[in-house]
Amino acid sequence: MTDPIQCPVLIPGTPLLEVKAIRQGYAGQEVVKGLSFNLAQGSIGCLLGPSGCGKTTVLRGIAGFEPVAGGEIVLNGQPVSRPGFMAPPERRRVGMVFQDYALFPHLSVGDNVAFGLQGWGRAERKLRVAELLEVVGLPDSGKRYPHELSGGQQQRVALARALAPCPMLLLLDEPFSSLDVELRERLGLEVRDILKQQNTTALLVTHDQHEAFAIADEIGVMDQGVLQQWDSAYNLYHRPANRFVADFIGDGVLVPGTVREDGRVETELGVLSGEIPVECKAGCPVDVLLRPDDVVHDDASPMQAEIAHKAFRGADILYTLRLPSGRRILSLVPSHHNHAYGELIGIRLAVDHVVAFRRDKARE
Amino acid sequence: MKEKPVSAGDDALPSSFIPHPSSLLFDGWRLAAVAIALLIVVPLTVVLSSLLSPEREEWGHLLEYVLPGLLANTFRLALGVGLGVTLLGVSLAWLTAACDFPGRRFFSWALLLPLAVPAYVTAFVYVALLDFTGPVQTWLREVAGGPVAVPPIRSAGGVIGVMSLALYPYVYLLARNAFLTQGCRALEAAQSLGYGRVAGFFKVALPMARPWIMGGLMLALMETLADFGTVAVFNYDTFTTAIYKTWFGLFSLQGASQLASVLILLVFALIAAEQLSRRRLRYTQAGRHSRADRIVLSGTAGWLSAAYAALVLAVGFVLPVWQLGVWTAQVAAQDFDARYLDFLWHSLLLGGLAAAITAAAALVLAYARRQRRDAFTQIATRVATLGYAVPGPVLAVGIVIPLAWFDRQLAFLAKDWLGMETGLLLQGTLLAMLPAYLTRFLAVGYNPVDSAMQRITRSVDEAARTFGVSGLAMLRRVHLPMLRGGLLSAAALVFVDVMKEMPITLMTRPFGWDTLAVRIFEMTSEGEWERAALPAVALVLAGLLPIALLVRQSERA
Repeated sequence: MTDPIQCPVLIPGTPLLEVKAIRQGYAGQEVVKGLSFNLAQGSIGCLLGPSGCGKTTVLRGIAGFEPVAGGEIVLNGQPVSRPGFMAPPERRRVGMVFQDYALFPHLSVGDNVAFGLQGWGRAERKLRVAELLEVVGLPDSGKRYPHELSGGQQQRVALARALAPCPMLLLLDEPFSSLDVELRERLGLEVRDILKQQNTTALLVTHDQHEAFAIADEIGVMDQGVLQQWDSAYNLYHRPANRFVADFIGDGVLVPGTVREDGRVETELGVLSGEIPVECKAGCPVDVLLRPDDVVHDDASPMQAEIAHKAFRGADILYTLRLPSGRRILSLVPSHHNHAYGELIGIRLAVDHVVAFRRDKARE
Repeated sequence: MKEKPVSAGDDALPSSFIPHPSSLLFDGWRLAAVAIALLIVVPLTVVLSSLLSPEREEWGHLLEYVLPGLLANTFRLALGVGLGVTLLGVSLAWLTAACDFPGRRFFSWALLLPLAVPAYVTAFVYVALLDFTGPVQTWLREVAGGPVAVPPIRSAGGVIGVMSLALYPYVYLLARNAFLTQGCRALEAAQSLGYGRVAGFFKVALPMARPWIMGGLMLALMETLADFGTVAVFNYDTFTTAIYKTWFGLFSLQGASQLASVLILLVFALIAAEQLSRRRLRYTQAGRHSRADRIVLSGTAGWLSAAYAALVLAVGFVLPVWQLGVWTAQVAAQDFDARYLDFLWHSLLLGGLAAAITAAAALVLAYARRQRRDAFTQIATRVATLGYAVPGPVLAVGIVIPLAWFDRQLAFLAKDWLGMETGLLLQGTLLAMLPAYLTRFLAVGYNPVDSAMQRITRSVDEAARTFGVSGLAMLRRVHLPMLRGGLLSAAALVFVDVMKEMPITLMTRPFGWDTLAVRIFEMTSEGEWERAALPAVALVLAGLLPIALLVRQSERA
């Protein structure tokens, strides 16, 4: 292969995309309510949230398909969307991979990839198409047509097509949702490698946290048009900012407790120490987040719980345990500890870091 | 999590929200849709206005002597044809969709063939064969050695029979689709609940398919109300023939318009009924297409089913086409001359022009509807495609009246200002015919184009835009190639329909512009059946084209 075509490299680390307090909506209904985040050059971001949370609207706002009613979107230092102003998509140098891929069925794979290369010389165009098909692992498919490819292959072509004109920012709208689970995970990792290799800044939208974890450097959890937390996957899981994030990311239960004088939290499972909400003083009612891996199986432990439910997961079993109080908690146990329904097993808490939320009066 | 029906970005975009660069085109698309809709609104308004400003004398005459007979004839015809197409269509659909019998595969597509023969062709073949002087009755008289009492073919029963045979495929096609979709599952469910097969058919299968059956029935009835050629062959007076006679016999365009206004009211009533029946279409779909589970009719039942299907096919298609072939062989040597080539050329030219114009209009309309989602454009699109329901004679009257008025004004102006005699400038030219064809067959062309358009998802447009391709470049590079199939089948369908079209052609054609259909009308009105056969064969051959499209389509599904 000849030398690959170099896309202009922007300075890594500088903010490429700045979303500043944007508001968006349809027909009087606000779908996005003052959302802000930055994405640095070369990093991969993700908006994660349940369907209807407004994440796709944000993505389409950044692409230039939908206007903003408030706030501002800045791309590489240039404002591109403001109330009353919207730079058209074709002026933004933003690539997009659509949920349904939106490949052009009348064009061959090669022509699809070349579609955005208007104004390139014939030789350059040919080179770029070959290069990208190589990158996505379909070097010999240029002459085939989209309908002759499998779903995963179509996905790769869509990616190659979007990357071909060297976009500053690549947007991916639920890119793996039409693939089966196994392929989804594998392709996710592969796409991450490709994006990193091409030094592409990308923003992904998905409702699937595993997909987000596999691809993104930074993840924003959205609910009802509001960004709940923008953080790394590790922090979203271990230091969720609020109840919604705690509930949406990973498994776990909230167990009620009370803050003691010494700043530790007393629960029915024992006394725990960790971060307490700042506004909480002694006697303050809180909910403590217990992840399944915080509850450890220990035959020697005096604390006993009854097995209410079990889900075999291969390497381990996820038990739902009923405490004497009737409350249910989750516990992840290596799968050779195979117990029957109704059996009592010993458990112990192994919490490095307590996450507690103040309990509202209304919730009691 | 509350799952609000958040329109995921596609619909309900407040277009006025931002001044978009394409806002100049905004009015262009809208205007185009409205202009096309006006082509149908104007003739309808003209015709309906004759209801409001009637000339007393003519109305009195019509009400007293003409209308009662016409209404009685029309109702009898609609009732009979409705019953006939439903019985034939539903029974054949059930047999080929839900049962299995010898030859089922063949019959399931072959039973569409009668659609290829224009009803007026089937009509003249049977009138020729079964009339008093025809070969059948002559033969019977010879055998019996004297007069034989045979029910006359030129009667309400005769027209109803022929039209039912020609139009049942509409019901057959839609009902078959419904039966195929619902499969045998529903019937099995009924059987598991204690119903026998027959009771299950009437309690479950038939009611589930009802919206589709109604849809097919409505199409057949609209064709019945619009029919001109068939009733003309039978001398069975309905509104269409009465309009023709009033206009070209009594030279009263006003009287013709009044008759047309009554006919259009009948059609509106039928459309209202159709809309009501269509509302149910959406929630009747149950189960998926399954091929395996059919009711196997073996032994006598199977052979009886095959015989029934074969009989309908023979009477509706094979026999008329065979007879046409026989006659053609007799007269071809004498009739296949320069004049025949003229008829053919005129038919092809009209069909081709109309097909091109209609496909273009359908493209504009479908594009307008895609680009502009406002209620105004949507309504304009709806109205523009209403023409399929308006009988040809009504359109002819509604278009010629304003053109004639225009001609008179032009003539006055020319005489006053230039001292010239202009004569007829617009009336009796292609300028009158082509808009009439366009209006009548726009829906035929619009449907394939629109469904091709709907297969292009919005993200395809958006993908093109992210690459800087928009506007006309997008139309050329993305949309047109993807719409090619839809446009081609639109053009083919319209082409064939225009070739077969009789009343508009007859009433608005330029002087001397005879087509195949006009030739058939002239030969049959003189009772020269054999000489109508040669042009009819050409029409049947052309008519096979859309059937082939249809069969290919339904086999793909």
